[in-house]
Amino acid sequence: MSEFIQYTLQGLAAGGFYALSALGLAVIFGVLGVVNFSHGACYMLGAVISAVLLAELHVGFWVALLVVPILMYGFGVLMERLLVRWLLALDPLYNFLLTFGLTLILVEAVKQRYGVSGLPYEIPAGLGGQVTIGSVNLSVYAIFACVFSVVVCVGVGLALTRTRIGMIVRAATEAPERTRALGINVGRWVTPVFGFGIALAGLAGVLAAPTRAITAEMGSNFIIVLFAVVVIGGLGSILGAVVAGFLVGLVEAYGIAYAPTYAQIVIFVLMALVVLVRPSGLFGREEIA
Amino acid sequence: MTDDTTSTASSAGARTATASAPAAERRSRMLEVTGLSAWYGEARVLSDVSIDVAPGEVVTLVGRNGAGKTTLLRSVMGLHPQMQGTISLDGADLGRRSADARARAGIGWVPDDRGIYASLTVAENLLLPPVVHPDAWPIERVYEFFPVLHERRDFPGTKLSGGEQQMLAMARVLRMGSRLLLLDEPSEGLAPVIVQRIGEIIREIKGQGVGVLLVEQNVKFASTVADRHYLLAQGQVVEHLGNDDFTAREGELLTYLGM
Ligand SMILES: Nc1ncnc2c1ncn2[C@@H]1O[C@H](COP(=O)(O)OP(=O)(O)O)[C@@H](O)[C@H]1O
Ligand SMILES: [Mg+2]
Repeated sequence: MSEFIQYTLQGLAAGGFYALSALGLAVIFGVLGVVNFSHGACYMLGAVISAVLLAELHVGFWVALLVVPILMYGFGVLMERLLVRWLLALDPLYNFLLTFGLTLILVEAVKQRYGVSGLPYEIPAGLGGQVTIGSVNLSVYAIFACVFSVVVCVGVGLALTRTRIGMIVRAATEAPERTRALGINVGRWVTPVFGFGIALAGLAGVLAAPTRAITAEMGSNFIIVLFAVVVIGGLGSILGAVVAGFLVGLVEAYGIAYAPTYAQIVIFVLMALVVLVRPSGLFGREEIA
Repeated sequence: MTDDTTSTASSAGARTATASAPAAERRSRMLEVTGLSAWYGEARVLSDVSIDVAPGEVVTLVGRNGAGKTTLLRSVMGLHPQMQGTISLDGADLGRRSADARARAGIGWVPDDRGIYASLTVAENLLLPPVVHPDAWPIERVYEFFPVLHERRDFPGTKLSGGEQQMLAMARVLRMGSRLLLLDEPSEGLAPVIVQRIGEIIREIKGQGVGVLLVEQNVKFASTVADRHYLLAQGQVVEHLGNDDFTAREGELLTYLGM
């Protein structure tokens, strides 16, 4: 029982990384129609930048938590303005290929500069160690990561449901063409939404830094799982992305704990099952394009 | 409405001589589509279509499935880039203006699927578009006219029935203050009472000087609300009728439409 609770917490913490990133992927896909393959690389960059800030500038975790998403927002804005924007009128495949190519460049660049062996990062002071609740030992950092992700997801959720900008983003995510035909200049929101989505991936990277090996390749597996998350949650559904993110984190953690041989495939089995029962995902709209 | 509306197809030719029409008459045309052709890839689905709508006038586009009616509305809305010809609103060529600019210029689109957002509440569906004209209906008036939308204002838009969704789609462009409505088969699949209600709404907005371009397959309904009718077949205007002629030839037209 005690172990089960530990795995659950680990799963929810990992799920938080997925949920934050998938949320970014979902708004980008919704508003721009772009499947951002480089989302995993942006997650990796978030972690790498945190490690570099610490090693070279002695900037710690708490500052990184604020600064890295801002830097990644800027990176997203540049990426959209300089690259993605020019391909938006073409088949979506072009931007998929563009972001795929960008991923290769980012991964190789990080490898060149920082090697393949992984950058060091420590759990920040005050969040180390374990707490004992009853007979269960829980990692303080895992609790923090989990709560923090939930808070950010809820905050983004409130911004999306309670503000006019949020309403426009929801509308544009659901039906970009129709939203334009209702007098809304969707193009105006494209750059900020893209930057915001990338910033969320970067934020997940910062949160992951203390508990994961920080390498150039850390995003490669992540992006594949992220696509599974988006399919499970329902393409274009913001709520679906968040719920499926936590769900996949949990399933993955249980898989690693109870069926280590199959750990790599349990998520995809889950994805296959969901798609069989509900082809448009858990929260996807019924009609399929 | 206007005296040139009772003419038959023969005057469609005369109508193309707009360039020489007096300035006053030209100004009275809210929407003017001239020589519109449209394609999907290689397939041409509209050929040299010319139609117009004046303020306070209800004009229908009648034709079988696949005749090109929806494509025509989408072209006017600026959603179908594969087109040629000119489309002007209140005398100004819309050229390549974007769909959102056209909406803000006063064109309100009610798509054939009603276009209600599932991720927005009924109230949000109404409040999403900007108000584009001083004559726009205030939200209170919208709710007074459509009490059911007030009752269900916090429900997700798509939790409404088909008829209610149609009301919502129309209420949305009224709240926006659109001066020219493009209605794509609003009566389709709805119960007779609801169709009647849609007729009332159309008559109400017509009285306010709003122009309506109505795509319909329901010939009976079309004849109760419209001033003029264009018959579209295989992407071409084959007849242009005033409502009296249209009503007189209803039986023939029904056969023609295969209904
Ligand atoms: N997305 C599309 N791609 C290719 N052809 C299309 C598309 N949409 C419509 N068409 C074709 O264009 C023609 C006109 O369609 P449409 O404008 O929808 O007609 P209507 O609204 O009168 O039923 C039809 O032959 C239809 O098959
Ligand atoms: Mg149609």
